[in-house]
Amino acid sequence: MIAELATMLDFGFMQRALAAGAAIALMAGLLGVFVVQRGLAFLGDGLAHASFGGIALGALLAYGFGNAGLLAQPLWVALPFTLVAAIAIAWVRDRTELASDTAIGVAFAVSVALGVLFLSRIPPDRAVVDVWHLMFGSILAVGPDELRIILITAGLVSATLLLLWSRLAYATFDPELATTDGIRVRLLDYGLFGLAAVAVVVSAQVVGVVLMAAYLVIPAAAARLLTRSLARTTVVSVAIGTVTTVAGLVASYAIDVPSGSAIILLQAGLFLIATLLRPR
Amino acid sequence: MATVPALHLHHVTVRRGEVEILTDVDLDLPPGRFLAILGPNGSGKSTLVKVALGLVAPDRGHAAIFGVDAGDAPERIGYVPQLKTFDRTFPATALELVVSGLRRRWPARVPPRERERAVAALADVGAEHLARRSLSRLSGGELQRAFLARALVRRPDLVVLDEPATGVDFLAEHDLSRLLERYQEETGATIVMVTHDLAAARHHASDVLVLNRVVHGFGPPEEALARDCLERAYGHVGHDHGPVIG
Ligand SMILES: Nc1ncnc2c1ncn2[C@@H]1O[C@H](COP(=O)(O)OP(=O)(O)OP(=O)(O)O)[C@@H](O)[C@H]1O
Ligand SMILES: [Mg+2]
Repeated sequence: MIAELATMLDFGFMQRALAAGAAIALMAGLLGVFVVQRGLAFLGDGLAHASFGGIALGALLAYGFGNAGLLAQPLWVALPFTLVAAIAIAWVRDRTELASDTAIGVAFAVSVALGVLFLSRIPPDRAVVDVWHLMFGSILAVGPDELRIILITAGLVSATLLLLWSRLAYATFDPELATTDGIRVRLLDYGLFGLAAVAVVVSAQVVGVVLMAAYLVIPAAAARLLTRSLARTTVVSVAIGTVTTVAGLVASYAIDVPSGSAIILLQAGLFLIATLLRPR
Repeated sequence: MATVPALHLHHVTVRRGEVEILTDVDLDLPPGRFLAILGPNGSGKSTLVKVALGLVAPDRGHAAIFGVDAGDAPERIGYVPQLKTFDRTFPATALELVVSGLRRRWPARVPPRERERAVAALADVGAEHLARRSLSRLSGGELQRAFLARALVRRPDLVVLDEPATGVDFLAEHDLSRLLERYQEETGATIVMVTHDLAAARHHASDVLVLNRVVHGFGPPEEALARDCLERAYGHVGHDHGPVIG
């Protein structure tokens, strides 16, 4: 068994999958603590679907203008598209009394409608986007270029979150008190939504829309159940994300199950255990 | 050199939709004073406090603290809000709350020196035993004490308290005022306290503001709490045997 795992690490695709998975787990674990504590569990789903609209637009542009330059990667269209969706959600929250999930639900539906519309403009035989791939990703198919993008993005997003942690935490605890202490709460709100958009777009390409939403919610929710301070929640959330990613990849290699399913099911298992173990 | 007022409000007007909740409020409070703000429910006391803190931008007029625009000198102010709006599901202890007052950021870890200062601040308000307790499980009065410790731990030059005695039973309003007076003697700080307790205002405040959308009285207690000021603010004055609660 040990020898088998050791040979697993000899494969380049497995090394890349582990590196990409760990980077995404770190970024999502940090982000997830704020997403869950602010009651934004739906945000990951909403942004992932917004990125579907963006990817479809990218594919349409690539088809219309020829697969050249930046357009060869739908990411470069999906990123600004999703950022706009995220800022729009934050703006609606800011301007109205509507609950977050209402704003997210609207952005979600509009993006999917646009995505379907864009895709319908591309003749089927010229399609460059594989929808199945988009929904579930394929972490085992991460190429060196994709890995580089993920490592850089995850590094930047994680560093920003760590830098802003004590402000974000304060603003999450009580926006009004944080404001009286000179914290720019609104700017942080927009920043958090923007960072979530970047994280979702970049990782959804690899782990898929469905798994990314799970990454943003399950590790942080399980961690929240097990801890009594936000700092510990953060550490445990990152740890759960990382451990389940590595274990899920190993399991998918060893017993031949889809890696995404293995990771989500492991996370859900830990969440269940956390619910049962929760200190009263 | 003329002293810069601790609190300066210049023709402050706040509108919400069609209604004005503050109209042309003018006020100068020199440093080192103890101001009690009185007025019926919904008279704009909390709004006035929020203008001074920079939380509410006035539609007209201007507010300054120690000569600095409202909201620009958070480190000099300790604030106890009337409504505790914090997220009750947020994992936090009373100690972390107090340390957040010290740092003006949420603490990831609490080093021993900060812990000592925070515990001392909790002890000052008789709440040392609450340090490790989860905020979501504190009673109303316990929470009020933790917020008081949070406001005082940074040794502010201006303490702003919005009905700090609400829910505090055994730390009676009288004890609270004494605590604030002691803090004031030690530090020379300015105190601004919203209250419904006429007796406390009379005994402890150096200045009283009687408010109901407009200023109905401002000055030493015996002047501002004169019968005609109160009548104008409250519409009537209750019987002689108790504080007026609007
Ligand atoms: N954001 C807001 N939108 C609309 N109306 C508001 C808002 N904030 C306060 N008000 C109104 O302004 C008035 C003054 O409110 P404020 O909270 O300042 O009163 P208060 O004097 O502190 O009352 P209390 O003694 O009950 O604490 C109230 O009638 C209130 O309904
Ligand atoms: Mg009030």
